[in-house]
Formats: sequence, structure tokens, C-alpha cells
Amino acid sequence: MEFALSEDQKMLQDSIVGTLANISDLDAVRLVAAGDTDATGISNGLGELGTSQLLVPEVYDGLGLSALDAALVQEALGHHVSPAHFFASSAVAVTALMAGGNEAARAEWLSKVASGEVRLAVALTEAVNRREDAGIIEDGGRLSGKALFALETGEATHVLSVAKGGRLLIAPLDDGVTIRELTTIDRTRTFSELVFEGVEPVWLEEDAGGMRALHRTIALARILLAADTLGAAQAMLDKAVEYAKERKQFGRIIGSFQAVKHMCAEMAAKLEPSRSLVWHAAYLFDEQPERASLMACHAKAHMSEVGTFVAKTATEVYGGMGFTDLVGLHYWFKRIGVNRQLFGGPEMLRAEAARLQRF
Amino acid sequence: MDLALSPEYESFREETASFLKGNADQAPGSGDRGMKHPKRLAWQRLLIESGLAARTIPAEYGGFGAEPDILKSRIIAEEFAKSGLPRSLAGQGISMLVPTLLELGTEEQKQAYIAPTLRGEIVWCQGYSEPGSGSDLASLSTRAEIDGDDYVINGQKIWTSTARQADMIFCLVRTHPDEKKHHGISYLVFSMETPGIEVRPLVDMTESANFNEVFFTDVRVPRSSVVGEPGKGWQVANATLTHERGMLGDPNAAETRLLEIADLMKSETVNGERLIDNPMLRDRLMALQGEVLAMQANGLRVMTSRLRKESAGLAGLLIKLQGCELNHEIARLAIDCLGEIGILYGDSPYLKQGGAWQYRYMYDLGLIIGGGTAQIQKNIIGERGLGLPREPKPAVA
Repeated sequence: MEFALSEDQKMLQDSIVGTLANISDLDAVRLVAAGDTDATGISNGLGELGTSQLLVPEVYDGLGLSALDAALVQEALGHHVSPAHFFASSAVAVTALMAGGNEAARAEWLSKVASGEVRLAVALTEAVNRREDAGIIEDGGRLSGKALFALETGEATHVLSVAKGGRLLIAPLDDGVTIRELTTIDRTRTFSELVFEGVEPVWLEEDAGGMRALHRTIALARILLAADTLGAAQAMLDKAVEYAKERKQFGRIIGSFQAVKHMCAEMAAKLEPSRSLVWHAAYLFDEQPERASLMACHAKAHMSEVGTFVAKTATEVYGGMGFTDLVGLHYWFKRIGVNRQLFGGPEMLRAEAARLQRF
Repeated sequence: MDLALSPEYESFREETASFLKGNADQAPGSGDRGMKHPKRLAWQRLLIESGLAARTIPAEYGGFGAEPDILKSRIIAEEFAKSGLPRSLAGQGISMLVPTLLELGTEEQKQAYIAPTLRGEIVWCQGYSEPGSGSDLASLSTRAEIDGDDYVINGQKIWTSTARQADMIFCLVRTHPDEKKHHGISYLVFSMETPGIEVRPLVDMTESANFNEVFFTDVRVPRSSVVGEPGKGWQVANATLTHERGMLGDPNAAETRLLEIADLMKSETVNGERLIDNPMLRDRLMALQGEVLAMQANGLRVMTSRLRKESAGLAGLLIKLQGCELNHEIARLAIDCLGEIGILYGDSPYLKQGGAWQYRYMYDLGLIIGGGTAQIQKNIIGERGLGLPREPKPAVA
């Protein structure tokens, strides 16, 4: 019995964090956020550590690592509010291929993902929160309709998506698909709307088959978003504590005032158990797949609530400076806010958790 | 990360489960009241002999004498929970005094007290808090003055649970009034039968007297009653405060309560609708389930640190604060689910589960305050966990 990261996982964590500190510091993030450059450079830098092979099984030239390893990478990305692509192309899409792909599809696509020949965007919002008029329909083997909040379209050659009915598919991002960027509060990542007009997809499954593959894919996405929020919230707490140890008012370090000290203590007291929950959910994703969906709902719902609390409280500890662009704390605040809504907000996730337990 | 148990532990679990099943008829029932009911003492003796109580206490002091093994302790706790049988005794004597004596007691003190305490034959109470010394425990003013071979004690203690049943007390007293406050304290153990001790029950909001006030008037105890060195009582006491804080936030107890409340919500109906079908109540239940899962995972992490003899850091420091708040929130949801039934109390008709939730809702608020208030816990987390500076001492007026 051991509930802790292995030595290999600590090394993975160190190498990702070390690389991001170099290639994705706040100055680099600001350039992407301002639109002066795109995420390609940072994504390629991260990719040199093998992140796009991370979840791909060894038989398809990948590293065959676990969901917990992927969560550690995502946590580091959240910690650095990094624009680097990983979540959609290297984690969610790969999980969909593993869960839904038949042997031939897996062999073909996973090898290409591992080699970098194919880069997959992900458009799955409609499987969770479908807006009026949104969604992709299949007619005569061709796709039409639109998908909102597609992720990592920037460098993508294809998109992994889902048609009405829950069948997973891959479509080429060529003339049949129009990509329109959606401006969000979070400038560290791009979100797009995809409009499909007569696109011929590759289906990952003969039929939706009870949507088992889709549910597994969504569970992984939720666990990783929770990990991203965990990293971002930890960064905010670290910055707030550091500031509380330096800033003086009334002739005292503000962290010696209990009003400020207790805000920091409350953040830490909520954040540490959330870390344990996210790790546990990621571990069970591989070890007890039957519990994955429930644990993913709880991990994301709980982490989102704690993340929102930390984002607000850490900003308050920073006082007026926390509100400015000078410190840049708002990038973390907004990233946490966006993660909360993606793939289901806390209320929706808790309703799903109750349904999964037949309450 | 590996949450599977090795075969050694799996078979230990099986042995424990089958022992409990085979000896269930020996266990005291709810009717066998009183801390020293013969059936309770016999059960405790059986559990010690079988290694399910006093497991890691050396055999020479009346324990089972096994090597410390946190996993086995956990398995034992889980199997007791599954069996529904009463656990081994766990008063303040066993959980706080015995570890202290083992570490700092004289051989004579160990021989005299440990074994009968483990067997439940000596019941203890803890004399720490005073009316003027709560969070600032080290300011305590109960005095013990040397007179020949004795200490003569005068003062008052409060929040003393089990004082009425206790045979003995472990007590902090000021023996060196001229020293700085943390340095002038001694840790004494003496009989509650000693002349000059008066115990008054302290009725709390639950309408029960869970605590007492204890008054000392010229209470004369031998100087050999000191544990550790005279004047070093603060250090002696601190060893046991850590034990208490770990005890007060058990995440597995929270899970048991959450399951109880889920059952209640599935079985109770209002206006023909099951409580669990009310979306707001269900949302609160799920939010609490998320918190319980987080605290359980946190508990596994802390346990792993202890197995490796490493500090658990923040993950350990937060348990008392978060665990007690969580238990109180669970009880609050139960009350809101019960609605008007949740305001009934005492011997009222229509009570559910004998009014247990109403009692817990109030008692658990006491636990948020007791054993180091939530605010003191936040100071500890802020200062020891995050390295924030202490409050500057006020200028002496």
C-alpha cells in the first residue's frame, strides 16, 4: 500500500516543471496571450520531452504511461498557465482512440499521433453541454453542423469529435471545416467553433455501443481539467503566501495578521486534500475503470469549488496589485474560471455523480 | 502509487474478520452500560490477548507487543466497522497518557499504570484547560507548591470529560511561578479520590454533561507523581496533544455518517417525494461526498508518509480543522433533510435514530472548538505549514 508518487513520477514532474519554467514563463505566456505569437513554440518545446507519446501504448511507439502521469503533466501546465498543447491532442484524443478505436484504427492513428504526423484537436462539448443549434449530424456518411469550444485547433491536422448519438469520429481539418476563434476570458488557450459542411469522417466505432468509450474519454478530460486547476490554484497560493511574507502595512508583515494568515491557511487546508483526490481519481482511472466516471465527476466538481475559492482568496491577499495586469495573477484566476465550466460545471457533475450511484 | 494490499495483509484481514465473527457472542451489548461493566472489561481483555487492542504496547506493560504497523491498525479499524462490534477501549488514558508514560514515565509509573489502564480498570481524565487558559493553555494558573515530600495543589480545571468516572487524572500544574510561562509547568498524575477534589458536571448545549469542572483545594499528592522532569510539563503534554488532534478528524467516521444520511434520504419522504429526489438536498449530499473522498485520499497520503517515517506536512496539519468542519456539515445536512423532525429532541415521539443527528450537530460544533479551536488550527497551518510569521507579542503595558 503506497499512496505517493513514484520516483519516476517525481522525475517526470521535475523535468516538465523545469522545462516549462524555461520555455513557458509568464513573459512567454504574455506573448501568446497578446496574440504576438501562437502556442506552437511552447508546444514543440514541451513535446521534446515526449508528452505526445506519453499515453500512447508502447506497441504503437508510445511511452505507455498512466493517467496519473498525464495528470502530473497537466498540473504543471496549469501551474504555469501554459499555452502548450497537451490536454486535447495528447491526452483526451489518445484516450478516445484507446477506448473507442478498433484495432486497425488504433494502430493507424495512435502511431501517427506518437510520431507527430497527426495532431488532433478535440471538440466534445456537445456530448456534455449541447447548446441550441449546436451539434454534428451525420447524413449519408457526411457530417454537417457545428461544434463549440473546440480545443487545440491551432496546429491540428484533424479533429476528434462526436456525432449526435455519441459515436466518436475523426475528421480532417481541411476545406470542409471552417474554424472560427471564440474569444474567452482565458487568453492562455484558444477555443474555436468548428462548422462542418459535408465532411467525410473516420468512425472510431461501429455504433455508439452505450457510449462507453465516450464516457471514458470524458472522465479522463475531467480528471485532467481538475489537475490543471490544481496546478493553477497551487501557483496562486504560493504567490499569495510569498507576497504575504514580504508586504508590510501598519509597520508589520501582512502575513503576521491573522486575517491574512487565516485566508492562506484556509486555502492550503482545502487545496491539499483536493490534490489527494485528483491523484486518487487519476490512479483509479487505470486501476478501477468501473469507478472512473464517478471519481472524475467528484474530482472535477470538488477541485473546481476549491479552485474558485483559492482564485478569489489569493487575489484578495494580493490586494489591489492582484487586480492589475502588472502581477499577472489574473491569468491563473481566468484559467481556473474556464476550467470550471469545461466538460461540466460542479452542479452538473454532482447531479451526474448522484445518477451514477442510482440515488 | 499502489493501493493494493500484499497477501500478508489480505490474510491478516481474513484472520481479523473471522476472529470477530467467531467471538461476536463475547461482545458487550448496548445494554451493558458503565465503563467498568464486567462484559466490557472481559471483551477488552480478549481483544488485547488477540492483538486487536493495545497492539503495539510492549507485552511487559500488558500490551500485545507487536511491531507498529499502521496498515494492520487500519485493517483492524475497518474490520471492526464492518462487524458492527464495539471497538477496544479508547479513552484519554489509553490514547494520550499511555504513549506519554511509555516515552517519559519512570519504570515504576509504567508498571503501576499502563497495564490496568489498557485493561480498562483505571479510567483517566485530562486536567489541562482552565477557565482563564483555553487556547493559551500555557498561561495556566493551577498551582502546585512543594511541602515536604508532597505537592499541594490549588486551582481549577474545566472541560474535563469523564472526570466523574475517572479513577486518576493527568494534570498540568504550575510548579515554578517565577519561570516563563512555558517553563514553569509540571505534568502530574494522581488519584481522583485524593481529599480536596470536587467535580461539578458542566451541562452543555446537548443537554448532557459531557464535560466537568474540577476544583482543587489543598490537594496533597506525593512528589513522585511528576511525569518527566518538574518544570518540563509543557513538553510532556505536547507529545499527547498531537495524539488528540489526529483522533478528532477520522475520515472513515465521516464516510460512515455520509452513508447513513444517504440511506435516510432514500427512505424518508416529504409530500410523497423521497428526500434524495430533491435536487438541492441531493446536490449538498454529493458535495459532501466529494469532500469525504478528498479527506479519505488525504488520509491515505498521510498514512504513507507515516509508513515511510516522513512528515506528512500540510496534509497532516489540516486534518483536525477540515475533518471536524466536515462532520459538522454532514450533521447539518441531516437536520435540513429531517426538517421539523430535525427539531425534535429528548424523548419526543417521531424522533429518527433516537435524535442522533440533532445530538451530533451540536456535539460536533464542540469538537470544532475543543482540542485546539479552528482558529488555532489555522495559525498552526499558517505558521508551521506555510511559514508565515507569528503574531508579534503585544507591548507589555
